[in-house]
Amino acid sequence: MNSAAARYAPARLWVRKAKDRLLSGLMALMALAAVGALALVLLYLLRNGLRALSLRIFLEGPTPMGTPGGGLRNAIAGTLVLMALASAIGLPLGILGGIYQIEVKGRFAWTVRFLTDVLNSIPSIVIGIFVYVVVVLPTARIHPGSGFSALAGGVALGIIMIPTIMRTTEEILRLIPLSLWEASLALGATRWRTMWSVVLPAARGGILTGIMLALARIAGETAPLLFTAFGNVDFNLKITKPIDALPLSIFTNATSPYDYLHQQAQAGAILLVLLILVLSVVTRVMLSRKMYEGR
Amino acid sequence: MREDSDMSDLVNKMPLPIFDTPPPTPGREVEICTRIDVSHLSFFYGKFEALKDINLRIYDRQVTALIGPSGCGKSTFLRTLNRMNDLIPNTRLEGRVVLDGEDVYARSMDVVLLRKRVGMVFQRPNPFPMSIWDNVAYGPRLHGERNKARLNAIVERSLRQAALWDEVKDSLRKSAYALSGGQQQRLCIARVLAVEPEIILMDEPASALDPTSTFRIEQLMEDLKNRFAIVIVTHNLQQAARVSERTAFFLRGELVEIGDTEKLFTQPADSRTEDYIRGRFG
Repeated sequence: MNSAAARYAPARLWVRKAKDRLLSGLMALMALAAVGALALVLLYLLRNGLRALSLRIFLEGPTPMGTPGGGLRNAIAGTLVLMALASAIGLPLGILGGIYQIEVKGRFAWTVRFLTDVLNSIPSIVIGIFVYVVVVLPTARIHPGSGFSALAGGVALGIIMIPTIMRTTEEILRLIPLSLWEASLALGATRWRTMWSVVLPAARGGILTGIMLALARIAGETAPLLFTAFGNVDFNLKITKPIDALPLSIFTNATSPYDYLHQQAQAGAILLVLLILVLSVVTRVMLSRKMYEGR
Repeated sequence: MREDSDMSDLVNKMPLPIFDTPPPTPGREVEICTRIDVSHLSFFYGKFEALKDINLRIYDRQVTALIGPSGCGKSTFLRTLNRMNDLIPNTRLEGRVVLDGEDVYARSMDVVLLRKRVGMVFQRPNPFPMSIWDNVAYGPRLHGERNKARLNAIVERSLRQAALWDEVKDSLRKSAYALSGGQQQRLCIARVLAVEPEIILMDEPASALDPTSTFRIEQLMEDLKNRFAIVIVTHNLQQAARVSERTAFFLRGELVEIGDTEKLFTQPADSRTEDYIRGRFG
């Protein structure tokens, strides 16, 4: 430290510097702990799951309980079907709801937002029961013998997606600078046209992130599927029939008494993680390519 | 709209407004014609009166510069001309803005058509997050042009008018964000020109740009004023002196003085104008 700096240094500067270092260190430690937990989970999955992954996992359905062999084909297909169904419900409602929050101010909009937050904090199993009462039971009454279905599972997961997508859409749209709005309106565009052609495209990165978050969440949901999609030992793609899903099969396999099923549960877990990873990487790449080339 | 009797009553109570007369036409063959006629315009943000009884005219094929210290209301005034202030909640306007004989604030005025006729360039370049081509074609598409060949022609013509064509003709599909600040601003001008406006409002169009880009924008204005009426808000007095035929000086929401640019800068009629251009306040 040179003399000029020493002369102008406020009293007890070393205390402030020490505090700064202490807090920085503490924060680094916390960050490390958070990342460490994630790393441990991933490591555990990789160590146990990779061994169980094989082509058979993708091609075969489950064998009768106790007969070694079989795979997760049904669950993989089922999870994809369920995610598609849930998106068909959750995406339009969530995104349009988010736009509504931006465009409309007033008591009703405020109420909708409040209720969405409430929906977000409802345990997913409650949503499962709700769909059981609203979709599964009426179906069973009209068509005796049926009831549990992929559609019911999709509805339950779709409802879970809505608040996440709606809130992220709203937050992202709020971040779009006013100057973009003004540029479009000053050219004679209507509000709706501006939203559709300028603001939404500008916000698509953030909205996609919200969608990914929602998809990641529902991909791992087990509880709401117990009374809706139910699970299925047979291969099924029909939305009117019960369907298996990765988290459901992880649950049944992991709680079974057989070691080969435990391994399949590990494989299912790693597949679930990979599914989300691939999905987000693909959307990111598509997004960045579109961003820089225009149409 | 105010009743006539109301209006005269109000006018009687007001201090004598500055009436804006057409300037003599030095060296100009074209007949000067009024495009926008603003009378007794007051504008309020809530209770705050941001503009007080403004009377002025915008003439065709001329640059009118609006100068004044920050917060004097010149940007607010500019935005009343194409009703951009409509977007701000809790504001109120009194008086009349007449564009070619039509009341801009009449119920029958279509804001979409108004903004097509009165284009606007903003302080910060605000291109859309799309390709250069899409940015320029946005306006014409908005107003119903679907034909690709015609759109291509419009895009080229507008970019040429904005003196940007040579720089971007090989990269029309690239993102507008890849351009420099000065290029982005010229792109925004091209975007406005593409909808074939009659009047162009510029809100400090060069204040975020470097000197070279500023110079190009000023050259561009020199070009454009052969066909449009241009109103420019600027903080740069030299710029106002360079580009404009007429200058209006705003102070605390009042129009202090308006007149021939050369005269306003050399022999201002009002002592406050003189103080401002001599740099004594603002």
